[in-house]
Amino acid sequence: MHNFRVLVVDDETDFLETLVKRLNKRMLDAKGVESGEAAVDLLKREVFDVVVLDVKMPGGMDGIETLREIKHIQPLAEVLLLTGHASVETSIEGMKLGAFDYLLKPMKFDDLLMKMAHAFEKKSSHDKKIRDAKIHELTRYPSRVFDDE
Amino acid sequence: MNRKTIPLSPYYRSLTRNMVLLVIMISFTPMLLVTVITLDRFSASHHEKVYAHLGELVLKHKQNIDSFLVEKLQNIRFLADTIDFDQCGHQNMIEGHLARLQRAYGPVFVDLGVVNEQGQQVAYTGPFRLEEALYSDADWFKRAIESRYFTSDVFLGLRGAPHFIISARKTCQDQKWIIRATIDFVEFNRLVEKIRIGKTGFAYILNREGRFQTKPIFDFTPDLDIYNRYFSTLERMGKEVEIQERLDSYGVRSIYVSALLKGGDWLLVYKQASSDAFSDLRNAQTIAIVFFLLGGVAIVAMAIWMSGKMVRRIATSDQEKEIMNEQVIETGKLASVGELAAGIAHEINNPVAIMVEEAGWLQDLMEDGAYKSDADIKEFERALDQIRTQGKRCKEITHKLLSFARKTDSRIEDFEVGHLIEELVALSAQRAKYSNVELITRLEPKLPAISASQSELQQVFLNLINNALDAMDKTGGTLEISAKQEEGQIVIDVSDNGPGIPRANLARIFDPFFTTKPVGSGTGLGLSICYGIIHKMGGEITVKSTVDVGTTFGIRVPAKTDEAVENKAVSATDTCN
Repeated sequence: MHNFRVLVVDDETDFLETLVKRLNKRMLDAKGVESGEAAVDLLKREVFDVVVLDVKMPGGMDGIETLREIKHIQPLAEVLLLTGHASVETSIEGMKLGAFDYLLKPMKFDDLLMKMAHAFEKKSSHDKKIRDAKIHELTRYPSRVFDDE
Repeated sequence: MNRKTIPLSPYYRSLTRNMVLLVIMISFTPMLLVTVITLDRFSASHHEKVYAHLGELVLKHKQNIDSFLVEKLQNIRFLADTIDFDQCGHQNMIEGHLARLQRAYGPVFVDLGVVNEQGQQVAYTGPFRLEEALYSDADWFKRAIESRYFTSDVFLGLRGAPHFIISARKTCQDQKWIIRATIDFVEFNRLVEKIRIGKTGFAYILNREGRFQTKPIFDFTPDLDIYNRYFSTLERMGKEVEIQERLDSYGVRSIYVSALLKGGDWLLVYKQASSDAFSDLRNAQTIAIVFFLLGGVAIVAMAIWMSGKMVRRIATSDQEKEIMNEQVIETGKLASVGELAAGIAHEINNPVAIMVEEAGWLQDLMEDGAYKSDADIKEFERALDQIRTQGKRCKEITHKLLSFARKTDSRIEDFEVGHLIEELVALSAQRAKYSNVELITRLEPKLPAISASQSELQQVFLNLINNALDAMDKTGGTLEISAKQEEGQIVIDVSDNGPGIPRANLARIFDPFFTTKPVGSGTGLGLSICYGIIHKMGGEITVKSTVDVGTTFGIRVPAKTDEAVENKAVSATDTCN
């Protein structure tokens, strides 16, 4: 498995900490934050490949709002939603807004890892396409190397 | 069938009584009006008809009798004109005249006589022996000698039998002579006697002294005053016939029809008992009353029967409604519990997820085989502690849920409402947290107990809290529940500062099946069930709402009075002793 950057957003600190620990043990570069606002702040500063987002969070931004912000700040980051049984509808709404997939909480850790890997693969292939397109463009118009991005 | 034997409660009995009275009144009023008006009109027109008929009858007979008298007088006048008074003294002559009169006019003329100025009857022929009779002192003679023609009243005279005289005066050889004829009383009486109608209708003739001029069929003594009044009325008014209705001397209401005869000397009176004259009317009235009574009895019977039947039906449908209501409440309870379950599920999910993760972490550590170092053992202990803590959290949640679910029966108990509210608030806390709603309770301490079903009241508050949380799901806000005592009532307000309810919906908010939620999400029964439950408890539920400001549901339920509580305490100590 490739090493990639993961951001976990969940209001339950105990859950968050343990999950981050386990992910780090799997050689992933994982970080955890406890609210939507904190996630948005961090995403403005650092680049993540996959975001695991709890859709039900008390206070401030809820899951859907956070998802919108994430897609606004880092459109290429893939988002996995964590949801309870009662909020499957919210997950569906989230996927319409561009989330990659959803998981019912409590989830099997292996399922989470698998879906994260899929998400990262998708993101990587997407990144590759963008890179290829850029290379193609640069080989045609090398002078554009000096253009500001 | 069994239901029919169940005695009705006072409410239904008074309902039946009201319905019976209403039906009877509505049915009787027009019937009574129609009957009375018809009878009155009929009576008036019948009176008119009877009066007209009797008036006509009396008038006709008056003319008849008058013409009889005039005719007889003319016969005598004719005789007087043709007679030769020189020959008057001759018996044979008179006999011849009487024979001729009787031949021409029937046996009306009984006898015939000639009287001289001194009142001496000089010639006579007839069945009585009245030759040489002296009339000089007789009333009739005194008046007959004064006038050319004269018809006397009825009198007994010398012969001792009722009769009257028609006379004509003639002057011959400087002497006044009177030729007189006696009219057969029986014959004259027959003219009046034949006026007979019904059982009591009869006629008679009176003179100005109030004496009978005919023999009335029913004997009585006429009251002179009354008849004098008739005379004067008829003369003054110039009427031919006078009709009056009054009590007679026996106290029987009678009709009197009178007319003047013989140029005002006599009075023809027709008398009939009113009851007899109006017997047709009486019959019609009797029939009407009989039908009225029969109809009345039928109406009353019908009203009682129908009202009874209808009230039974109402009672049955009320009973069915009651059962239906209970079922609806039960269904509503399931629905609100379902809504609650969503919040609870999430609340349980979190600790479970933590436990699963911790267990996974322990597994990870074991797989590495790194569980010998102190740090690892500490990590193990921490993870196990965490699992225990989260397990306890789960237990608490399930306990809360169980205490809610246990109160399923709708038994009426006395309890304090505050505890129940606290419990529900605790149950809804998780949902509120995720909807960004702050839950505030302001419960007055030591509230008096209320008498209600815990499970039903739970449902009311759960519905109100769920609705408020739904309303503020997107926006967040505060939900305040307050309970206080006020004038022997417990006043509980559930107010949110959500989007409010539009005025158009406010009036229909307690209607069953009214919902603004999309199809499939809400039953529209929640608030109507709340309304039903609170009203059953003898309380009331009201709603105040302003768009964009918030909504307040106010509940007032009667508190158990102190006396009742004390009584209870006393009886409790009694049993202790």
